[in-house]
Amino acid sequence: MHKARHSPARSIAAHAILIAWTVIALFPVFVIVINSFKSRKAIFGDPLALPLPENFDLVGYTTVLAQGDFFQYFLNSLIVTVASLFFVLLFGAMAAFALSEYRFRGNTLMGLYLALGIMIPIRLGTVAILQLMVASGLVNTRTALVLVYTAQGLPLAVFILSEFMRNVSHDLKNAGRIDGLSEYTIFFRLVLPLVRPAMATVAVFTMIPIWNDLWFPLILAPAEEVKTITLGSQVFIGQFVTNWNAVLAALSLAIVPVLVLYLIFSRQLIRGITAGAVK
Amino acid sequence: MGALTLSNVTKSFGKTDVIKGVSLEVSEGEFCVFVGPSGCGKSTLLRMIAGLEDVTSGDVILDGARINDLAPAKREIAMVFQTYALYPHLTVRDNMGLALKQAGVARAEIIAATDKAAAMLSLQPLMDRRPAELSGGQRQRVAIGRAIVRRPKLFLFDEPLSNLDAALRVATRIEIARLHRELNATTIYVTHDQVEAMTLADKIVVLRAGLVEQVGRPMDLYNDPDNTFVAGFIGSPQMNFLKSGLLGLSSETVGIRPEHLTLHPGGGQIRGRVNHVERLGGETLVYVTTVQHGMLTVRMFGEHNYDVDADIGVDFDAAHLFHFDAAGKRLR
Ligand SMILES: Nc1ncnc2c1ncn2[C@@H]1O[C@H](COP(=O)(O)OP(=O)(O)O)[C@@H](O)[C@H]1O
Ligand SMILES: [Mg+2]
Repeated sequence: MHKARHSPARSIAAHAILIAWTVIALFPVFVIVINSFKSRKAIFGDPLALPLPENFDLVGYTTVLAQGDFFQYFLNSLIVTVASLFFVLLFGAMAAFALSEYRFRGNTLMGLYLALGIMIPIRLGTVAILQLMVASGLVNTRTALVLVYTAQGLPLAVFILSEFMRNVSHDLKNAGRIDGLSEYTIFFRLVLPLVRPAMATVAVFTMIPIWNDLWFPLILAPAEEVKTITLGSQVFIGQFVTNWNAVLAALSLAIVPVLVLYLIFSRQLIRGITAGAVK
Repeated sequence: MGALTLSNVTKSFGKTDVIKGVSLEVSEGEFCVFVGPSGCGKSTLLRMIAGLEDVTSGDVILDGARINDLAPAKREIAMVFQTYALYPHLTVRDNMGLALKQAGVARAEIIAATDKAAAMLSLQPLMDRRPAELSGGQRQRVAIGRAIVRRPKLFLFDEPLSNLDAALRVATRIEIARLHRELNATTIYVTHDQVEAMTLADKIVVLRAGLVEQVGRPMDLYNDPDNTFVAGFIGSPQMNFLKSGLLGLSSETVGIRPEHLTLHPGGGQIRGRVNHVERLGGETLVYVTTVQHGMLTVRMFGEHNYDVDADIGVDFDAAHLFHFDAAGKRLR
């Protein structure tokens, strides 16, 4: 059994499958990025060709950057994503701690209720959410998006984090209680650092759908000054003419921040995914 | 300072009763050991004394004051855990000083207190390390140091030696005994290992399924057990139990310690076959299979040779028999 796992044939097969998967998954991204550096004619002439000196063209990027509000869109996306992420992680971890640490009536029921959101898409409630935002005067604010995305991200966060928090040593928490630490200190100083890999996992799974979302920005915050980058890029897609150079450039730029955030979390992420699998 | 009284305390988790009414006195300076098979509620009882579990009914009284509703940090207790439970982000010194810092003690005083505890446990070279840089034995010494620094009324230990290897376990056991002599603090120590209980305790409390079976000094429990459970639990190797009827005695069962049985190759009251021989150098244990009484253990001083599978006779000294009734209670 142990031997078989390390046989070269198996290892080659595993790597071949993984490499094939990586190529397939990255191919669309690769096509977007190479075409963003080509002239319009070259894009349609041979979409799979690499940018060459004769068809190299930065017109997409100049259009996007000249479109005055692009940086604002960028900033909006970043603010909304980071703020939502912060609240999802904070409230998710707090709820998970309460559910895993304290015995109270209705604990299991509360856990199920909080996990229900994993199965029910929040978009089903779009109309009610819009009415709510109109009534509270939050339409066309980033706050509206942050609130919705926090609600959207919490179920998975609570679900994953409570599982991890159950495994944090009870002795450690009890030692803290005997030494006079408050429950908040125990949570922030003892428990949170130990579930950091799980937090990173949750962060990545929460961040990507928020960054890519077009639905809620379109419905709740379409105004110029609060537009997110995904929505902002849509100006280049017209009903009759689409500025493909600009669209591709905007999409390429939009990848960068997620990539940076991902790299920040990834070291922790790998530990999070393999925790429990490897002891 | 440090007299503890439990008066009829119980603990239920939902519908399961884990502690079913325990009353106990631990006097000042006493080393009291809770011993019992795993799952009998030792840790639960200790956590109730520490304030980490609430008491379902009954009173926990420390130095005359009822402390049922007092937070753990306010009870003037210190606890050492099986898994050490050191704070991973703090140095050894900060681990040891945290409780005092939380209590608002001045920095200079904390340093003095941690230095003193470190000296008692030879921890000085480790003071600036983090727990991850220590071995298991060192971690447990730091955990003990952390308990000492607080100068508590009551020390609580929950199986502190279970995660250590055999040699370290003996060394740490001796260290704990020495610390208790020096500090003379009231101590409650939980273990499932009757050797630890016998060697450390002034007073042993034998627990079974949430109830106290017997309380007494180690030798009292060994020489005068109240029932078959205590008789079988205390002492290693275990006491032998024989069927009285077959020996012409009036009780239900009789117990006899392995050292009070003798072997007679030619004669003996009970005939059997040698099943296995363990030679430990200082003593020899012979396991004899008998038809009527099952396996008997015979313990002898020095080195002896017996052939496995040989027929043999076992004799006992009637003066050392313990008589028990059908319910396992001792008949005196
Ligand atoms: N939080 C809890 N909820 C439910 N049952 C528990 C809990 N803690 C302990 N128990 C039960 O109480 C019994 C005694 O546990 P414990 O005190 O840890 O035993 P010991 O330390 O003697 O091995 C066990 O049967 C255990 O399953
Ligand atoms: Mg225990």
